[in-house]
Amino acid sequence: MPRRKRMRKVAAPPGFRGYKPYGNRHGSKEHVDLLYEEYEAIKLADYQLMNHQEASHLMGVSRATFARVYESARRKIARALVETREIRSVFGNASLDHSWFACEDCETRFNIPDNLTGQHCPLCKSENIHSIKEQI
Amino acid sequence: MKTIISSTGKKLESGFDLRFGRAEWFCLLDEETGETTFHENENKEASHGAGTKAVEKVIELGASKIISGDFGPKAKELLEKFNIQMVLLSDDSRSIADIIDRIK
Repeated sequence: MPRRKRMRKVAAPPGFRGYKPYGNRHGSKEHVDLLYEEYEAIKLADYQLMNHQEASHLMGVSRATFARVYESARRKIARALVETREIRSVFGNASLDHSWFACEDCETRFNIPDNLTGQHCPLCKSENIHSIKEQI
Repeated sequence: MKTIISSTGKKLESGFDLRFGRAEWFCLLDEETGETTFHENENKEASHGAGTKAVEKVIELGASKIISGDFGPKAKELLEKFNIQMVLLSDDSRSIADIIDRIK
């Protein structure tokens, strides 16, 4: 039996369900599944310009594992671009930061630290909030 | 309770700044009295550690809530430790006054 996969910590799910090429002539092909942790790896390394050591620490995995996740992410994106395939975001082996919430009325995202008890949006005071973890 | 809002200027009509560590100004709002004061962010040009220094400033000012666009990983970790609430707004078209109006 293979060793179980350690969960990769993801700060927030990607803000998209997928990306679709347009203007392609050959109809739709099979899509590429981009995992949440792969999206997070690209975000940390190429958008927030962190080195792999820092990024791996944030995601709760070893540096080598981070490098593998990151490489897989880059290859998937390259494949999607070259082969004009759709990209879809898929949950994968991610564990989301559960202390984050989103307000349904004003789309604000926020966390609730341990010393606060109220369960309402800090901006519009709406109680119509949900944990970002439940969103998926 | 005191709230920090990251701002691009030192007036109530100034725009909201999406960055936290490198925000131009911090607007400190006292929610009980409704008073606002503006504090310049001296570390906005720092080559590194701007987020960490901004957190130190926030603690100094005694705020328990921060409204900004996004927080860097180090700032996030520190703010979690100090139990300071982070509020993320993704829309930068609003002015500081608009945001204050919504909190009330």
